[in-house]
Amino acid sequence: MIAEIGHFAVILAFCLSLVLAIVPLIGTLLKQELWIAMGKPLAVGQFGFLLIAFIALGYCFATDDFSVAYVAQNSNSLLPLPYKISAIWGAHEGSFLLWCLMTAGWTLAVAIFSQSLPRYLVARVLSILGLCSVGFLAFLLFTSNPFKRLLPHAPIDGRDLNPLLQDFGLIIHPPMLYMGYVGFSVVFAFAIAALLGGRLDAAWARWSRPWTTIAWSFLTVGIALGSWWAYYELGWGGWWFWDPVENASFMPWLMGTALIHSLAVTEKRGVFKSWTVFLAIATFSLSLLGAFLVRSGVLTSVHAFATDPARGVFILAFLLLVVGGSLLLYALRAPAVQSSTQFSLWSRETLLLLNNIVLTIATALILVGTLYPLLAEALSGSKLSVGPPYFNQFFPWLMVTLALLLGIGITINWKQSRMLQLFSYLRWALLGALLLGSVLSVWHTQGWLLPVWVGLVVVLWIVLSVLTDVLRKLRNQSSTWQGLRKLTLSYYGMHLGHIGFAVCILGVVLTSFYSEERDLRMAPGDQLQLSGLTFTFMGTQRVKGPNFEADQGEIKVTTLEGGHVTTLHPQKRRYEVQRSMMTEAAIDPGLTRDLYVALGEPLGDGAWAVRIHYKAFVRCIWLGALIMALGGILAVLDKRYRRRRVVVARTEQTSETAYSHA
Amino acid sequence: MKRLKLFIPLLVFLLLAGFLYQALYQNPRTLPSALLNKPFPVFSLPGLGENQKTLDASLLKGEVTLVNVWATWCPSCHVEHPFLLRLAQQQGVRIVGINYKDDTQQAKQWLAKLGNPYQATVVDASGDLGIELGVYGAPETYVVDRQGVIRYKHIGVIDERVWQESLQPIVSQLQGKGGPS
Repeated sequence: MIAEIGHFAVILAFCLSLVLAIVPLIGTLLKQELWIAMGKPLAVGQFGFLLIAFIALGYCFATDDFSVAYVAQNSNSLLPLPYKISAIWGAHEGSFLLWCLMTAGWTLAVAIFSQSLPRYLVARVLSILGLCSVGFLAFLLFTSNPFKRLLPHAPIDGRDLNPLLQDFGLIIHPPMLYMGYVGFSVVFAFAIAALLGGRLDAAWARWSRPWTTIAWSFLTVGIALGSWWAYYELGWGGWWFWDPVENASFMPWLMGTALIHSLAVTEKRGVFKSWTVFLAIATFSLSLLGAFLVRSGVLTSVHAFATDPARGVFILAFLLLVVGGSLLLYALRAPAVQSSTQFSLWSRETLLLLNNIVLTIATALILVGTLYPLLAEALSGSKLSVGPPYFNQFFPWLMVTLALLLGIGITINWKQSRMLQLFSYLRWALLGALLLGSVLSVWHTQGWLLPVWVGLVVVLWIVLSVLTDVLRKLRNQSSTWQGLRKLTLSYYGMHLGHIGFAVCILGVVLTSFYSEERDLRMAPGDQLQLSGLTFTFMGTQRVKGPNFEADQGEIKVTTLEGGHVTTLHPQKRRYEVQRSMMTEAAIDPGLTRDLYVALGEPLGDGAWAVRIHYKAFVRCIWLGALIMALGGILAVLDKRYRRRRVVVARTEQTSETAYSHA
Repeated sequence: MKRLKLFIPLLVFLLLAGFLYQALYQNPRTLPSALLNKPFPVFSLPGLGENQKTLDASLLKGEVTLVNVWATWCPSCHVEHPFLLRLAQQQGVRIVGINYKDDTQQAKQWLAKLGNPYQATVVDASGDLGIELGVYGAPETYVVDRQGVIRYKHIGVIDERVWQESLQPIVSQLQGKGGPS
């Protein structure tokens, strides 16, 4: 009964989204105020019904209703309750319901928080978001219904959630990621509305910025969580694999990063307008492409959901409509939003343009690497595959370029800057980065390594140029505290984001070059010395979990002098229902290093293959991502995005006339 | 001219969409008919063992064999590995590995530390054998019968479910035919 209520709620939401996609938009053309005003209640209704559906599915999981096919495939009566709940998004159908719920959530947020915007614009934005919902919900209803029943032969018990997904990281990773993916639909809708209305100005960019930044922050956290999960759950200490599905999330992130910067230029200087619109379309398109790659099964990956060509065809048709349609609209309407302002070669505009170029090249190369196997097969019939070596060849250098540009970009003036003056601002940062970087890179016992040197110099360069810029802002203030208080939240957000980027680079570089690992056979009592620590294997014992049995090892870690550091308990789990083995690594986390121990195979007589890693600074990778996301949130909280309300309300009359004339 | 440039993204996208559409139907999970029921491609490549003895297609004759394409850079292979070990050790399935476009040293370490489910491992560092086989990406597994003829191909990770549902029936059927050799 509950499942049918859920199914019915999805159908109702689908009907509401159809009305939402059509009525407010037509209202703006026919100037029907009532039609325009329908956007908000429709958004509320759509979200409400999807929430009901989502709760209904959760209820089916919580009560072990195995007559629902999706529940039977992804749950089991022995599964702990938190995992029963997260199993809602543990496979294709349910995760897509979550995706739809989030689209509706963003639509609702736009309807609520855009009271101060011109009504014509909001109506168009809501209709475009409604159109996206129509596509998503149709896909859910016609190809991936999570409420399908297995009647009359309902199984006694379920097949259990994939053990890889029975984990805390997986409870929050998909929701964060989807918030990011789907969140980009808002700026996409703003861009399309601007193309339709023919008006694209500083105000438009200001309205779009917080939506883009917050979606970007979610995506940042989502990707970081995914990387963290892979690190501890796959049991061999890797944190990024250039896996097609990782790339699918990374490409919208890179484009979104470019978009954030380009929106800043469009708002402050009124240039790059058509480029910004293009980026907004591209970012959301890449999110959709990601959905296609994951859910259609064209690529092989650890992440890939069950494959079904019918789903692929459906998403592709939707892509063709949304992306093809918006690019066509872009080609036809972009000349109407061309910018006219000029800027000189040495200006922040140029630097941000370079930033966009680097990020776009990175995205394009990753796209090629991800799709190359498909393209090669279509072109020549030969089957090839591209591994991490391809990506590692170009990506670090692009990021180094980006980091070098960053230091100049935050210091240089808008419109025009003198090179000499710029140099005098930045010379200490440059000198400091080179000197300090050189000193620190020879410090380590492994000796001097070129990539580490480059990495450290680049990281210091970012940090020191950020400091330089803050100090320069304080120069003319009576006191430092006064000066710091005067700086805006979005200014702090920007710098925090950049520091996060630096911390992330630091983590990536140091972890790649200073980590040590050993794989060895260890019998009880055996010792290993690694990175100044002694690891002693004490043996294993049997332990029982709620739905698994495990061999749990005990490894004592001490300093060389014998001082206690920690005791680690890695497990080798055997999940009964799916009959699969899982390696559960034991990690002693720390800011400067992780101690990471995993059990391999039993080798008889109580001995085990044991993998011991010393991961230098690996936490900095995710810490950096979190700092970046925090920077984004700070920027969104800035008063400037709310202050305009009064002004806008007063000018609404005029701008609306402008809209209806456009 | 400038206006025409604005159509470039659209054209690129349409081209891409065309490829993606085609890709949907060249379903990588089914073997291209060209290789199904054909003898395993002829090769002569070094093995991963200590003496790097050259191996060739005769390795696959005489017994029903799973040929598993793997590499240390492939995350899915890490996932699959423990199951392959169990197949080899507990069920006595004969598995031959193809170490595909990999660092030989790392591959050796991998087998030393994680256990070796392979009767023998062929080193395909250049990926030539992979191209002949039409390897789409690691891991991939071929079922080869006693005569060295490819009978089935599976792309992606083998786990209990895949083994029970698709591979084991074929292997048992092939083993049943012709009796023990």
